[in-house]
Amino acid sequence: MESFDALLSGIALATQPINLLYALIGVTLGTAVGVLPGIGPALTVALLLPVTFKLDPAGSLIMFAGIYYGGMYGGSTSSILLNTPGESASMITALEGNKMARAGRGGPALATAAIGSFVAGSIATALLAFVAPAIVEVALSFGPADYFALMVLAFTTVSSAFGGSMLRGLTALFIGLCLGLVGIDLQTGQARLAYGVPDLLDGVEVTTAAVGMFALGETLFVASQLSRSQETIEAVRGSVWMTAKDWSRSWKPWLRGTALGFPIGALPAGGAEIPTFLSYSMEKQLSKHPEEFGHGAIEGVAGPEAANNASAAGTIVPLLTLGLPTTATAAMMLAGFQQYGLNPGPLLFTTNPDLVWGLIASLFVANTMLLVLNLPLIGVWVRMLSIPRPWLYGGILVFATLGTLGANPSQFELSMLAGLGFLGFLMRYFDYPVAPVIIGLILGPLAEQQLRRALAISQGDPAALVETGLSIGIYVICALVLLGPLAMRALRRKKAGSDIRPAFED
Amino acid sequence: MTSQDEGKSRARPDKAVLVIAVVLVGIAALVAWDAAHLSARVSTYSRVGAAAFPYTVAGALAILSLVTAIAAFRGTFPERAPLEIGPLGWVAGGLFLQIAILPFVGFSIATGLMFALVARGFGGKPLWASIPAGIVLSFVLYVLFSKGLQLSLPQGPLERLI
Repeated sequence: MESFDALLSGIALATQPINLLYALIGVTLGTAVGVLPGIGPALTVALLLPVTFKLDPAGSLIMFAGIYYGGMYGGSTSSILLNTPGESASMITALEGNKMARAGRGGPALATAAIGSFVAGSIATALLAFVAPAIVEVALSFGPADYFALMVLAFTTVSSAFGGSMLRGLTALFIGLCLGLVGIDLQTGQARLAYGVPDLLDGVEVTTAAVGMFALGETLFVASQLSRSQETIEAVRGSVWMTAKDWSRSWKPWLRGTALGFPIGALPAGGAEIPTFLSYSMEKQLSKHPEEFGHGAIEGVAGPEAANNASAAGTIVPLLTLGLPTTATAAMMLAGFQQYGLNPGPLLFTTNPDLVWGLIASLFVANTMLLVLNLPLIGVWVRMLSIPRPWLYGGILVFATLGTLGANPSQFELSMLAGLGFLGFLMRYFDYPVAPVIIGLILGPLAEQQLRRALAISQGDPAALVETGLSIGIYVICALVLLGPLAMRALRRKKAGSDIRPAFED
Repeated sequence: MTSQDEGKSRARPDKAVLVIAVVLVGIAALVAWDAAHLSARVSTYSRVGAAAFPYTVAGALAILSLVTAIAAFRGTFPERAPLEIGPLGWVAGGLFLQIAILPFVGFSIATGLMFALVARGFGGKPLWASIPAGIVLSFVLYVLFSKGLQLSLPQGPLERLI
């Protein structure tokens, strides 16, 4: 029950008045920014990171937890009312929830999303508190080769996220790894890819990359397709409260969504959208009204939204215990830790137990605050959605450049932001995913460090990389993830006969 | 056109995708060239120096470039809608203007002008209304962030007033 005591002291830390205030500011800002159309949780966290710069680490991470969960709630609101998912994990919510809103059931859709998120978030955070110490125990015995294998797995799954093209996912990943190479090599002190520019010696800032690629990239993309994208907000008609029938149709999907979301999120493999898709198809099969799916079935919002939140809490497990971010949002959380020189991993649980458990406890606090705040304040959030587009996108860019300049007030950093923004725009235009770039940028240097450490121990013998059972198992999974789709398609092609589509591209 | 024969009606090779392939192989060459100039291989305690990882990344990018080129010839990239140069130009122009004048006029004026040009790109109000609005917004944010959070933002004539 050691972890239970630690959790209690974490709760004591998180419920100090000043920290409650930080949490309140965090959830409010997080919801307000997350509700803006097209802005997902990762960008919300990246945009608001500078706000936390001058706080102490504990206060900052507590505000962070609030921003994280607030951004998720806000994102589901804009998905339902506006059909603009800020990230792929909200796509199902946008699909089914927007149909409900159009049928005049926007209120119950928002309610089932909010309460479902609360239920899933609470259960998943409790599971996180119990699972994390156990994983830390195991992780303490991992060697550099194991860590390297885990990171390769994260790279593989992030860039081959299903539905997209493996070619474009891997290209995005390696562009991120290239960006991660820039700067001084920590082991030999040599500058790489800096070309004598002093500003590049510190490397590419993860927050600059995230804000540039998500915020500037998205704005440029929307501008480039301006006349094609007309958004209509669905007004919230009638009561936001759920009827008894809504409750009875919602609670089982909430629990099933949580059961799917947490374990998948907690795997060091990434892909927050997978549990939402699984939950949707599961609810459709179990439902007594399968014909309603696709036309606004409440189960189709309740399940995936719970799965989304549970997997978001799940991704904190590999982040805290292994230092392994598996989503763009988790990568931003890692950047938040790094700004205080903290390195998440098994050792953090012994060196900074207050911080870790304070963070976990404040996830509970944030979750509860959001439930209390969100439904009554829905009118305020809806008004944020109706900001005219010129002001909205102008404002987003003002905040994006403000955050970047706040972190590093130089013309060079602003140019980096714009350059990465154009890269993000071009990638978006050619349908490349952006998240693998961010993961590659932040995880690349860590992976290289583990690789070189492993090979230094073995005096250069690469066989050391596949010495442990864990690493062998992980590489097998990687091979399956990469080659499985190719093999499947080859089989299908044999059956279909004359299809000439190349296997690598789809 | 249905999604099944997407790409087949387009000119082949897909020139834009071919350009991507060329850029990728260019990046690969750049990374490899940079790695070749590192003196890491003399490192005694480890045979894996600072150059090994860059070489791996460069190699992978070269392969991906080749596959991209093949995709360009087969026309398998998704359909793209044409770009609307007007709005795009306003937004890009706003960002460039902000970078160019930031050291001279400070945060509020540079950011305010950027705001106005971006808003114009999205079909917003005339510039005479949005430029002052943008500068006021940026100035308020400057005060909030520099006084409230002690962040140091670039100063100009406006910022020195307070």
